Amino acid sequence: MQFSEKWLRSFVDPAIDTAALSHLLTMAGLEVEELEPAAAAFTGVVVAEVLAVAPHPDADRLRVCQVNAGGEPLQIVCGAPNVAAGMKVPCATVGAKLPGIDIKRAKLRGVESSGMLCSARELGISDEASGLLALPADAPVGTSIRDYLDLDDSVFVIKLTPNRADCFGMTGIAREVAALTGAPVRLPEIQAAPVSIADRLPVKIENADLCGRFSGRVIRNVNARAATPDWMKRRLERAGMRSLSVLVDISNYVMLEMNRPNHVFDLDRVQGGLTVRWAKPGETLKLLNDQTIELTADCGVIADDAGVESFAGIMGGASTSCTDDTRNVYVEAAFWHPDAIQGRARRYGFSSEAAHRFERGVDFADTVAGVERVTQLILELCGGEAGPVDDQTTQLPPRTPVRLRPARAARVLGVKFSDDQIATLLGRLGLAFERDGGDFVVQPPSWRFDIEIEVDLIEELARLHGYDNIPTVPPTGRLAMPELPEARRGAFALRHLLAGRDYQEVINFAFVEKAWEHDFAGNDAPVVLANPIASQMSVMRSSLIGGLVDNVATNRRRQIDRVRVFEIGRCFAKDAEARPVAGYAQTLRIAALAWGGVHAEQWGSPTRAVDFFDVKADVEALLWPRQATFAVAVHPALHPGRSASITLDGAVIGHIGELHPELVQRYELGSAPVLFELDVEPLLDRPMPSHRTRSRQPSVRRDIALLLPRMTSVQAVMDGLKAKAPAIVQDIALFDLYQGKGISESEKSFAFRILMQDTERTLADAEVDAAVQELVNHAQREFGARLRA
Amino acid sequence: MSDLEALVSQAESDFSAAADAASLEQAKARYLGKSGSLTEQLKGLGKLDPEARKEAGAAINVVKQKVEAALEARREALRRAALEARLAEEALDVTLPGRGQLRGGLHPVSRTLERIEQLFRGIGFDVADGPEIETDFHNFTALNTPENHPARSMHDTFYLEGASDVMLRTHTSPIQVRYMQAHVARHGGAEAMPEIRIIAPGRVYRVDSDATHSPMFHQVEGLWVGESVSFADLKGVVSDFLHRFFETDQLDVRFRPSFFPFTEPSAEIDVAFMSGPLAGRWLEIAGCGMVHPNVLGHCGIDAERYTGFAFGFGPDRLTMLRYGINDLRLFYDGDVRFLSQFS
Repeated sequence: MQFSEKWLRSFVDPAIDTAALSHLLTMAGLEVEELEPAAAAFTGVVVAEVLAVAPHPDADRLRVCQVNAGGEPLQIVCGAPNVAAGMKVPCATVGAKLPGIDIKRAKLRGVESSGMLCSARELGISDEASGLLALPADAPVGTSIRDYLDLDDSVFVIKLTPNRADCFGMTGIAREVAALTGAPVRLPEIQAAPVSIADRLPVKIENADLCGRFSGRVIRNVNARAATPDWMKRRLERAGMRSLSVLVDISNYVMLEMNRPNHVFDLDRVQGGLTVRWAKPGETLKLLNDQTIELTADCGVIADDAGVESFAGIMGGASTSCTDDTRNVYVEAAFWHPDAIQGRARRYGFSSEAAHRFERGVDFADTVAGVERVTQLILELCGGEAGPVDDQTTQLPPRTPVRLRPARAARVLGVKFSDDQIATLLGRLGLAFERDGGDFVVQPPSWRFDIEIEVDLIEELARLHGYDNIPTVPPTGRLAMPELPEARRGAFALRHLLAGRDYQEVINFAFVEKAWEHDFAGNDAPVVLANPIASQMSVMRSSLIGGLVDNVATNRRRQIDRVRVFEIGRCFAKDAEARPVAGYAQTLRIAALAWGGVHAEQWGSPTRAVDFFDVKADVEALLWPRQATFAVAVHPALHPGRSASITLDGAVIGHIGELHPELVQRYELGSAPVLFELDVEPLLDRPMPSHRTRSRQPSVRRDIALLLPRMTSVQAVMDGLKAKAPAIVQDIALFDLYQGKGISESEKSFAFRILMQDTERTLADAEVDAAVQELVNHAQREFGARLRA
Repeated sequence: MSDLEALVSQAESDFSAAADAASLEQAKARYLGKSGSLTEQLKGLGKLDPEARKEAGAAINVVKQKVEAALEARREALRRAALEARLAEEALDVTLPGRGQLRGGLHPVSRTLERIEQLFRGIGFDVADGPEIETDFHNFTALNTPENHPARSMHDTFYLEGASDVMLRTHTSPIQVRYMQAHVARHGGAEAMPEIRIIAPGRVYRVDSDATHSPMFHQVEGLWVGESVSFADLKGVVSDFLHRFFETDQLDVRFRPSFFPFTEPSAEIDVAFMSGPLAGRWLEIAGCGMVHPNVLGHCGIDAERYTGFAFGFGPDRLTMLRYGINDLRLFYDGDVRFLSQFS
């Protein structure tokens, strides 16, 4: 909502300056978003008449003008292309102060100049700088331009919240200012126009749930070509509306003044009477904005005998709109129920001033006053004869009295109001009330659609009292220690762990390119956005990998040669069984990616590219002290020979591997990153430590080297050996792996350390030898191992 | 006995001349070895009569002790010199950087979220979570924003293809609803329901993208419901939080009436720093209010008995203000040079 301060002050004029008024509105919930003066600060500019224009002797683009600014004729050199003898223009006289210029007597290319003729931009009125600001021929010479154009004004732009639809007009804002300051309100006096003709237009309201009230009248013999007066144009312009034609301007003016949307039909283009009803499916309407829409049964219309004329409460139709040739009009003001208007305009992709107001609620008590106000202005500006006002009411919104308990207000707000205070605050808001015991029973006024329950009134008290005046109280509550489950940790622990291992956290968008879902997750049925912001953000990710790969590509383009990033975020997939939102799995996952050198390039260790086992150590650290099982697995994003599934407690919780070489090439990474992705939830569980007594007996270490077929997995051998190990074997660990010179190409050598110990006694050599032999025999049987000589 | 004294000074001089352990041992042999001069003298004692032998023996022993002391002193000096030489040899350039892995870091918004969690945990708030694809009921209807409510147009919502009743959540407020429903289910039968004190951080989505709007951003919802929770408490908690978060008293906080369908009275929270580049400017930083009775009702909480407040902060904005970041898009660009500044 945008308006002229002077317009507001013509209704209510508190003794505070513009800045204070702005602060007052903002702190009352009518947030002033912008506040601009109507013109720049300047002095000494008057209305002047250009008497004569002559060429400048030494400059082609300058003219020497004789100007009447109210005193002796002045000689002024002017460069504006539109300067012409006889025109009225603003003239800055000697001594005038304009933004950035002080006007002095001067010589321009040798010719004396005593002042400056001004464009709109030079006066800070608009950005128009192509020529002088031409004033009407009747502008009085010598008058201050500030007075003449009413420039000592400011334009307020306020951001109205949806509950304050009553402030979409000057009367509503004036009421609010009066409530806040106590200054009296003076609204324009609306007198019923004399009825000089008997003409009526029959109107039938078919649907009371659409239209609660419909008022209107015929006016004949109006001059639609009359000029809109300057004062009205200025108020419209400062409200952000262009002046179009007098009838449209009057209609808009009354809407802005009273917050009373209305419509002026060209009566001669209406066929028969009007019917107010829900649209029939398939009906179409060409709107004032030239858009043609097909209506649905939940759209309200005003129809005549020829068809739909108007999108009720939203926008008039083209076929009955006024033109310059209009002679006879029908002025309408109605009450449309908010739920009959809400969402309709948006559905058709436009908005309108009327729809914006009606969907939030417009005063239903002032339809007749609105018709009279429009009539008054039409008769005054365009002439004409008015018929009687028809006013039909079907069903108006209830205004059920609302009970306000002072004790409840104190409990909600944390501040106690006396009964007198409450009575005063309600009175200032124009809220009539009765007392019932200690309670106030308030009658909500017709213009307020936001006073239905007690807390609505509590809010009004708080607002008017001032939020600043409500105390700021340190909270009190029962002190209880928080639960601190030792066997759980939060996601921040995972973040710090990876950050400690040289990974940088990133946050990537959850919507990604469709191709990423195919490439990195093998998902050809992703969750698709109906209204994506861009095609490369059209589907919801089911994996974090695409984002991390893209981070590498982005940084690589910025000449970074080593990237280690991780993200924790939700991944989305269609899943009929998923809860809490049926149909969509939304799993929190953690993924990390390392690309480039294992360490940042440095003096102390040779440069080596990060590999699978470097990153596997990071996964192991995340899981520590729990141990996961890594098994060869196929993943769409990963190198099939260098990737693994990660299983914990029998469930696959993620994958690790080197990015598939095809994707390395497709996404222009140069070299392959190694990455992993895991579900977060299983990582948050931590085993509770529990103590086991260690044996005091000496332990014995034996090392064995086994030659095994090259493709044997060490995990399988370890698991097999551990399963068969005699009781004295405490631990089996791999400490060396060898392939190459000295052993056959089809084999590799594993060196295991076997740690043996008894809890009760020192082990005898014979027992130790037997245990080792048993392990070797088992390895031979199960895995075809040979003891390496 | 001047011969003996000469011998001592000769020995001292020979030992000093020995530059290393080997030549020192050779020099020692000349005096104390099997045929060393002192050994020879001691051997010669046997030829003397007992009286003279006693006297001469004592004198030789004194000399021997002096020679041995000189030898030991020289040995110690050589050992010390050798150690010094080795230490000098082993000296490192201690200014070289450490070897191995460096540290990464958290995303700046994560830093903020962690601080927020810590501050609120300090006054007994739990951290709650909820889905990002949300139902229409939880995102809007339960929050007193029925279909066609004009407030819905305040949120430009991402919808999913083929589903009209779900969307990407436009705020973290639906977590309030889920938490309150679960809380009621857990404590519904109890005579007095325990207080609800939670914050709920998370990602939210709106169809909006420019230097100050990102289609995905963060919010932190807060909720305190109990038998005596008032707007004054809301002001207290929020104001305390902001001063602690920014670690300054030089910060003005104001509450300005506003409208959200799910709170009443509602407020926008503005802050103004008293110094620094943004000094004196009011910056909109959060929305808040007393939980609307309809919302409590949707969750099965007796709105007559319980009151509560809720707030929603924008951690992205808090992060920008805290670290002096002027472009929101940097958060989601993945540039490691930007991100590593917050390690």
